[in-house]
Amino acid sequence: MKSDSFDFTAALQKALADPQIGGNFRGALDGLRGKRLALFNDAEELASLRATGKALKARVLSRLPELLTQLEANCEKNGIRVHWAETTEQANRIVLSILRECGADMVVKGKSMVSEEMGLNRFLEQNGVEPVETDLGEFIIQLAVEPPSHITAPALHKNKLQVAEIFHRCVPGAPYTENVEELNAIARTTLREKFRTAKAGLSGVNFAIAETGTLVLVENEGNGRMCTHVPPVHIALMGLEKVVEKLDDLPPLMRLLTGSATGQLLSTYVNAITSPRAEGELDGPREVHLVILDNGRSTMFADPELSGALRCLRCGACLNNCPVYVRVGGHAYGSVYPGPIGAVITPQLEGIDNKGDLAGASSLCGACEEVCPVKIPLAGHLRRIRAEGQAAPGEGCVRGAGAKRSLVERLAWTAWAYTETHPRLREYLLRAAALMGDKLPEVGPLKTWTAARTAPRVAPKSLRQRVREEGIRHE
Amino acid sequence: MSSTPAREAILTRLAAACRTPAPVPAPADIWDAPELDAPKRLELLAKRLQAVRTEVHVTPEKQWKAKLAELLAARKPATLAHGTGAWFAKDLPGICKKPGMPALTPYYEDVDQFKDALFGVEASITTARAGIAETGALLLTPDAGEPRLLSLVPPVHFVVLRARDIAASFAGAIRDLKLAEAMPANLVLISGPSKTADIELTLTFGVHGPKELIALILT
Repeated sequence: MKSDSFDFTAALQKALADPQIGGNFRGALDGLRGKRLALFNDAEELASLRATGKALKARVLSRLPELLTQLEANCEKNGIRVHWAETTEQANRIVLSILRECGADMVVKGKSMVSEEMGLNRFLEQNGVEPVETDLGEFIIQLAVEPPSHITAPALHKNKLQVAEIFHRCVPGAPYTENVEELNAIARTTLREKFRTAKAGLSGVNFAIAETGTLVLVENEGNGRMCTHVPPVHIALMGLEKVVEKLDDLPPLMRLLTGSATGQLLSTYVNAITSPRAEGELDGPREVHLVILDNGRSTMFADPELSGALRCLRCGACLNNCPVYVRVGGHAYGSVYPGPIGAVITPQLEGIDNKGDLAGASSLCGACEEVCPVKIPLAGHLRRIRAEGQAAPGEGCVRGAGAKRSLVERLAWTAWAYTETHPRLREYLLRAAALMGDKLPEVGPLKTWTAARTAPRVAPKSLRQRVREEGIRHE
Repeated sequence: MSSTPAREAILTRLAAACRTPAPVPAPADIWDAPELDAPKRLELLAKRLQAVRTEVHVTPEKQWKAKLAELLAARKPATLAHGTGAWFAKDLPGICKKPGMPALTPYYEDVDQFKDALFGVEASITTARAGIAETGALLLTPDAGEPRLLSLVPPVHFVVLRARDIAASFAGAIRDLKLAEAMPANLVLISGPSKTADIELTLTFGVHGPKELIALILT
């Protein structure tokens, strides 16, 4: 998704004005938070798990190129063909060429955020291939022609009445029903036919194990297994940070992922794919392809601080616990990855000039950090992205650094610094503020600031002045 | 299309930024599930499977055929698919020969020939290679004798597990089965029937995979 004309403030205002967004999100996210807390009810165990998760993923990052080549070598040894893509455009072309080669004009898709990042569906449609989303939530929003609003629960913004209307309108022959079981049944019947006839299936990857060359997919519905077991060709897409060192690392990481995402001890299915159909096997894909996508990740990796975000497991817990995300929902962010983690990685992937504003949508309360299963210092990263936006020319490391630098803001801070280092001027200005502070016209930045806040009242005397006159009372 | 230039460019960029390897965390610092004795494992596995709506029947191995017959009679599937490599494959014709029992549909052909039949089958039965007590999961390693789709496509899935194959934890199962040395082509952990909560977080079962999962644990 490109977003050249993206106006974050307008998107936020629109979201805040829509009571349905607030209602649908708040109810759902309260539920998810409750389930997570119920599962991780032992503080000591949770601390040990998170420390483990952080250490394992940090070690992966410290050996990233080596582990990626090991993963590649083991996958190839197992018969999985590995492709590398620097950009989403390259990744899209790789997928299309595999589909063309196997003669697929339709592909069944399991849930994959990387495919959203690639804008794969649109690209395939433009090239005459029909992508069919099969995760129930993704199926709903594909019919509604909308992007996901949450990284693990993509149709979170829709209530059942809306889903009922979408199915009735878009699925041929579907009756109108608000019964959730019946809605599920409509999806099941429609998609079974697609699974049975598809020549290719596509999936994401939750963990790719370097030691064994194994792709691990985590899911509850079974659609991911359908996409990866039934069609003769399986294409898996992964961001290069998904690699994990050893099979032994999987149990704690799995617990952290499913626990943080949905409060589940384990998902219904953990599907570990190590090779295409083996000699003598009667089913399973004959070809398995793995596409490893960079798309800016290697640039993130180069920054010793911000590379911490590459530990992300994509559990969505930081979204569920973010007071901003809960109020405005995912679409307001106008990016594939919303919420705190989205506000950290999107400006890095798409440039601060495009998406730097996202980092402003945070009260820096730290709730995201507190729940992150791999302890990404999200608030610190958000501050860093903000600072990168103000960086002086030649300084700053993130793409588009300095794009938010404004003359007004710089002048204001220079003036402030000068005032604070010149006591007499400061005293004079304080007196002026006491006299006129409440009478300042609300224009420019002051108007923006007070639009959503009550302006503080300026005291008639400064604290310094009162201390001088009254002394310090020890109460 | 050659993706080699992309590969080189990515790895070169990563290598340029690479740091000293972080140390391997000491085993004591790695979270692990507690060890459990055999009766505890069985008890916990059954409890946790049931918590995610798996039907669990614990039965002595000597009586398991009668138990399966009883479960089939109660559910009345018209057809039962199975792999020819399951250790109980030879027992199934005996169990299913009585009237009212399902017709057996052995999966012995390539999926291209068998697919249409499989998508019409009403139930299936497979073995589980191990159980995992701590997470409440069944570990399956589909192969030529028991293909991958058996545990996925039919709406009712019976799984047969020997109690002695229950590991305390996922990590324990990885060690017991020496999986790191030889991963099977496909390995699945299954903890319950297929489910989703994508509409208003309302939990519903049987969205794409089996609607019912019935575990027979043989002691």
